Amino acid sequence: MMAYIIRRIFYAIPILIGVNIITFMLFFVVNSPEDMARMNLGMKRITPEAIQQWKEERGYDKPTLYNETKEGIERVTDTIFFQKSLKLFQFDFGSSDSGRDIGYDISQRMWPSLAIALPVLIVGLALNITFALLIAFFRATYIDFWGVVTCVIMMSISSLFYIIGGQYLVGKLLHLVPISGYDTGLASLKFLILPVIIGIIGGIGAGTRWYRTLFLEEINRDYVRTARAKGLSEQWVLFGHVFKNALIPILTGVVAVLPLLFMGSLITESFFGIPGLGSYTIDAISNQDFAIVRSMVFLGSVLYIIGLIMTDISYTIVDPRVRLQ
Amino acid sequence: MPELVILSTDALIFLLVILASGFTRYASKREHLRAPWREVARSKVGMGALLVLSCFVTIGLLDSIHYRPEANGNVKESAEVLSLFDKLVTPLRMYQEKTYSAPLAAYQYTKENTELADGTTRRDYPRLEYGGSHLQNVEQEWGSDIVSKSLLGMSKGLLFWLLITLLFLFWRSQRNSTTIGSVLNDIWTFQTEIPWRTLLFTASVICLLGFWAAELSTYYHLLGTDKVGEDVFYQALKSIRTGLLIGTLTTLVMLPAAILLGIMAGYFRGWVDDLIQYAYTTLNSIPGVLLIAAAILMMQIYMSNHEEQFASLTQRADLRLLFLCMILGVTSWTGLCRMLRGETFKMREMEYVQAAQAFGVGNFTIIGRHILPNVLHIVLITLVLDFSGLVLAEAVLSYVNIGVDPTMNSWGNMINSARLEMAREPIVWWSLAAALIFMFTLVLSANLFSDVVRDAFDPRLRSSR
Repeated sequence: MMAYIIRRIFYAIPILIGVNIITFMLFFVVNSPEDMARMNLGMKRITPEAIQQWKEERGYDKPTLYNETKEGIERVTDTIFFQKSLKLFQFDFGSSDSGRDIGYDISQRMWPSLAIALPVLIVGLALNITFALLIAFFRATYIDFWGVVTCVIMMSISSLFYIIGGQYLVGKLLHLVPISGYDTGLASLKFLILPVIIGIIGGIGAGTRWYRTLFLEEINRDYVRTARAKGLSEQWVLFGHVFKNALIPILTGVVAVLPLLFMGSLITESFFGIPGLGSYTIDAISNQDFAIVRSMVFLGSVLYIIGLIMTDISYTIVDPRVRLQ
Repeated sequence: MPELVILSTDALIFLLVILASGFTRYASKREHLRAPWREVARSKVGMGALLVLSCFVTIGLLDSIHYRPEANGNVKESAEVLSLFDKLVTPLRMYQEKTYSAPLAAYQYTKENTELADGTTRRDYPRLEYGGSHLQNVEQEWGSDIVSKSLLGMSKGLLFWLLITLLFLFWRSQRNSTTIGSVLNDIWTFQTEIPWRTLLFTASVICLLGFWAAELSTYYHLLGTDKVGEDVFYQALKSIRTGLLIGTLTTLVMLPAAILLGIMAGYFRGWVDDLIQYAYTTLNSIPGVLLIAAAILMMQIYMSNHEEQFASLTQRADLRLLFLCMILGVTSWTGLCRMLRGETFKMREMEYVQAAQAFGVGNFTIIGRHILPNVLHIVLITLVLDFSGLVLAEAVLSYVNIGVDPTMNSWGNMINSARLEMAREPIVWWSLAAALIFMFTLVLSANLFSDVVRDAFDPRLRSSR
């Protein structure tokens, strides 16, 4: 088991290197730092000195891959590629284009993101599975039909509508909770409750329909027929056998997204003014802060790969049929 | 003579139309491909949704034929590029007010100082220049005028629908050489292969709504006007093309790579497989939104530093749309590639492929002749299934300012601008509502249709229905 986990982690290394090279190419080869400086300083009539100063302040004035002016190992290390890209592997994100420490910002901002994403995931999962089980229990009846129709309708509504509508209804008309903002500790609860509820409602359509498919797939298996032939009641078949087996894909699917919860949701956080990583990214995009976007791309990929490894491991734990080769 | 302008997305959308009709011809000659489509044609939900979709597609296609109108007798003079659809709805485009006005209103939404005849100024809601300008006495006539115009529009729609229905019934009775009455009976009791009753019912709703909207919007602003006084209904209609393009072109752009790499990985295995798997795992591990954001940021820099390369604003917006489709394609081709790889893996062991190999047929001939035709249905299902998600994604991306060009009409841009309008007191809700309703209709019908298509093609799911 241990050897398997270690091997999986080693598989991740070339992928991370690939991600690193892609981000590097995207940010430094497609456009030179010169272009970025011009964009950030505001286009028209800027002196070369101003550009040079902007680049120096942020460490973009070094050569891209190979520094001929330096001696020995510094020829490779004193370059943009080494300073800006390879250092990401140490989780050394450096400072943003506006001069803040990105690593510190991330460590501060991931908790509000988690405070929204985790309840949405857990409560949403419980609700979706309950609805899906109900629909599967009443399959091929009018409840099934209208349940699926409701799911499709809910899926077809833009997530923006849920957020704007919810904010308007609960925040502006009913004045139940503040529309946006954030606070520390327990006081943050009143800011969190609306985004969480909206997140859950927005996910019900797609989630319920997906889990219903999983349950229906299981219902057609041979062991279910055997269970029925033994004379078990339909409830027992559904909750005792089908539910247990359908949990395998559900759980492993959840494990895959667990690390990504830290990244938060871009839209929700910016609408509700939650100082999480999602709104951090949005702000960086609109301020054209390349250092932050670059760090977030790398962080997101690392978390995704951790999710992949965790999925593989959880498969071997939950389903003994999966071999460790 | 107006000069025809072909934008790059126009060219691609018509390429897609040609490909689709080519595939239809190809499939209609082969029984095993026709069977699932017959299943789709039998479905009531599927055909109803298809009719609604085809209305959207018609508007989108009309909006994709661009030309440069004559201005002062010289084509080169005007920088404006119009589409055939713009020509059809010229009143909607031209009747521009000063600023916000509510749906069907005759007065502006905000107060303004007007100078009266005796020299004094009065602060009041001014009359609109075009909306309801035919009314003499707004307070008395407005309500009854709306009702009578609605009734007129709807009865026109009903007449039109009756006409096509009668023509259809007549044509059917001629073809089957039966009476119109028995044709009607068959349709009513669903004894026809295609559920004509559902289709005719959907058509009646579309006719009624369409003619009603057309009648009212020649006298009023059906969905109000936005901040600069542009008709919201017109904007929502123009956004259809953007939504359709994002939904279809993204898949089209990524198809060559996904098909080629997916089949090659599954067919050759070994190091080719490893390499391709590595490529898509790497791309997949970058969160999609972030990759799109990074790419769009980089493109913005490129565009602002190379302004001279873009002939006009329309062209620039168009290229940005195309680029967005491409980058969306990069983030979404991996799913299809993985599926094709798995399918080719299985197909490689089939007897007919092994027979071809034994006869010494070349690898690429086998791929082209034996494998590709048998995985085409997967490609098709992906195209249909991805569509609605992409339309919804466009709105979210435009909201974050990494979507289509801000000057382009799109539902995402409408929602984005509505963000400030929602904070106004009293609120301006119609832009948002229009965008959401149009998007909902398109996405819902696409979702319903894709469900039917998937059920028809995937026999495993069919049994569990």
